[in-house]
Amino acid sequence: MRFKTSLAVLLLGGLAATSVLAQDAARLHQRALAATCANCHGTDGRTVQGSAVPSLAGMPKEYMIQQMKAFQNGTRPATVMHQLAKGLTDEQIESTAAYFATLKR
Amino acid sequence: MKRRNFVQASLALGSLSSLSLVGCATTAPIPAKAKVVVIGGGYGGATAAKYVRMLSNYQIDVVLVEPNDAFISCPISNLVIGGSKTMGDISTPYDKLRSNHGVIQARDRAVDIDRGKKTVTLAGGATIGYDKLIVSPGVDMMWSSVEGLKDASAAGQILQAWKAGPETLALRKQLEAMPDGGVYAIAVPLAPYRCPPGPYERASQVASYFKKAKPKSKVLILDANPDVTSKGPLFKKFWAENYAGMLEFRGNHKAIAVDAKTKTVKFETADDVKADVLNVLPNMSAGTIAMQAGLANANGRWCNVNYQTFESTAAKDIHVIGDSVLAAPAMPKSGHMANSHGKVVAAAVVAQLSGLEVNPRPLLTNTCYSFVNDKLVVHVASVHQYDATEKTYKTVPGSGGVSTAPNELEGVYAMNWAQNIWADSLL
Repeated sequence: MRFKTSLAVLLLGGLAATSVLAQDAARLHQRALAATCANCHGTDGRTVQGSAVPSLAGMPKEYMIQQMKAFQNGTRPATVMHQLAKGLTDEQIESTAAYFATLKR
Repeated sequence: MKRRNFVQASLALGSLSSLSLVGCATTAPIPAKAKVVVIGGGYGGATAAKYVRMLSNYQIDVVLVEPNDAFISCPISNLVIGGSKTMGDISTPYDKLRSNHGVIQARDRAVDIDRGKKTVTLAGGATIGYDKLIVSPGVDMMWSSVEGLKDASAAGQILQAWKAGPETLALRKQLEAMPDGGVYAIAVPLAPYRCPPGPYERASQVASYFKKAKPKSKVLILDANPDVTSKGPLFKKFWAENYAGMLEFRGNHKAIAVDAKTKTVKFETADDVKADVLNVLPNMSAGTIAMQAGLANANGRWCNVNYQTFESTAAKDIHVIGDSVLAAPAMPKSGHMANSHGKVVAAAVVAQLSGLEVNPRPLLTNTCYSFVNDKLVVHVASVHQYDATEKTYKTVPGSGGVSTAPNELEGVYAMNWAQNIWADSLL
């Protein structure tokens, strides 16, 4: 029993170590993808003070996904975002929204 | 500055063990070696330097080789020429890259790259070793494409003002000194060149200024291309409705020579044109250091790269970004695009130096605003997805596009874009 537990701990530990590496690459790719928003929406989604362009840091994930869908299908009018939103897949939108949701405003 | 960043910056500085004793008292010592060296602090290079620091969680040290103490933006610089913005409005000091992110600036120009030894030599004689080199030198003017232009340019008689800086102000002063009833002519080279809509925005800015201050004057666009190369219908409609009789577009006007004394441009297949203020843009190529280092392996003019990592196809561990790169289809040579390149290369270099998988599907965006007068703006936007099978970027079908018409709201967004991208690249 004790041995089994140790083995389980070892296995879990091993898995955890592997997933840290995988997570690092995935996290890096996610941050790089989110950085494509930063040109207009600020580094890590924080715009300069007084900007008419909204900050994305701390925006709830579901809200951001909704807005991107609304830009894509034209229900939210825009000057540029309707054209840019159509360049992202559902997966890319999900990943970007998840990232900004984890950041402090 | 954020306290956390300061601590990280201090740690980064402390980790640079071998500091060479070059540089004068007013500049920081230049390290003899850095994991990442970036040449050129424009939209591409500054962004790459900052994002290598950020994406590595401040673990990878970066030296930025850039001779100037402040970045001067090409986007918005046409408004300085039109008189509605100042040089101060388009300038951002480089010092925050160090205080916020621990990027060490070598205030010098790179003059040589030794691929074997993996070192960069600076004009002042110092050398910096690198594990990864990111080259972002912008464009060079190909003076030989227009006879007489190099001398006329050096003498300040015929300006380009295509790299924002002293020439931007000098061109403004020429326009201010021009009597009412005079002619301003801009000669546009064959594409590709830096900033496809730039010449048309500039002509619009000059026309906007003339309309208010010198209404008898004329603006001529002498274009080597057959038609307006970017946002054509939007520009032409606005010109017809607002600058009729003042602004004239002439296609298929490929400039081949200038005479500074008589202020004349000669063309391959059109009559000579005289103007009071001449603004002649020659053909452009990859920046000097890329040309000298043998990185311009596309017709000896632009740099071929692996688009997934922006690593040069000519040299291992040397990456090239920004205007110097041979563009993928529909990829403009723009500041926004260079900033996008900077992030893809930063993520790729961080992954490679950390033994992580390189992003298999990098994405680039571009948004480019043009002012047609001092308030109204039109844009073009695009999204470029890396295609692993064809090893290039393709614009995503159905995405991107242009404004429906010039409008003031986008004038507000254009200035917000500028402030945010300056911060994203430099602060």
